Amino acid sequence: MEITVQEFKHCDMIKVKGRVDSATAPQLAHALEAANDGGKYKLVVDMSGLEYMSSAGFRALLGAQRNSRRYNRGEVVLASVPNRIREALELAGFTELFKTFDDPLSAVGHF
Amino acid sequence: MQTVQFAAKFEFLDEIRDFVGKIARESGFGDKDVYNIQLATDEAASNIIEHAYENRSDGVLELSCGVQDDTLKIILTDRGDPFDPSEIPLPDLKADLSDRKIGGLGIFLMRKLMDEVHYESNAGKSNTLTMIKRRR
Repeated sequence: MEITVQEFKHCDMIKVKGRVDSATAPQLAHALEAANDGGKYKLVVDMSGLEYMSSAGFRALLGAQRNSRRYNRGEVVLASVPNRIREALELAGFTELFKTFDDPLSAVGHF
Repeated sequence: MQTVQFAAKFEFLDEIRDFVGKIARESGFGDKDVYNIQLATDEAASNIIEHAYENRSDGVLELSCGVQDDTLKIILTDRGDPFDPSEIPLPDLKADLSDRKIGGLGIFLMRKLMDEVHYESNAGKSNTLTMIKRRR
């Protein structure tokens, strides 16, 4: 798994590539926490390069969403979610907790 | 049935998914089924590593997988603490953000993605989780 962070005027974009499972999810959680710790609460998670995500990854997203939405200071949105991953997120009832966008730019434009 | 043994560590989840994915694909399961079989197996193995072995470093996870008459069977055996997934309460998928529980999600996915999930504990000696997926 590979994570890159790009800063925009109104939000940060966290691009996740590869596979997120119990072994790699802590890295994703850490990147999201680092953004929050740096005062960034408006976050786009770009999933276009993501091949796989287990519930360990869902948990990292959930934790970040909770922290980001606190005091109405922001939110985590998802962009370019691959079909298989979207189906699993839907099954877990997670699609109601995150706004999703077809591409990263419309997600950035949301903020 | 093909069988492999893995050290019960998260770093082997990639190989665990590859092992069942290859067998499923070669047996004619489609992309969506292959992904879901890999996801269910990952969730099952992750639970064993985290709960049955509680991240103990010397645990062994035995994984068997085979297909017969359009039915794929996966058996995970461990020698850790008994951990019966059916005793874990299902997550409330309608709860709002602040009430969402973190636990139980992997087990929920296993049950949803596979046609059958069975658990058996042999008097503290070994635990066996069997999952079945039928090709449609």
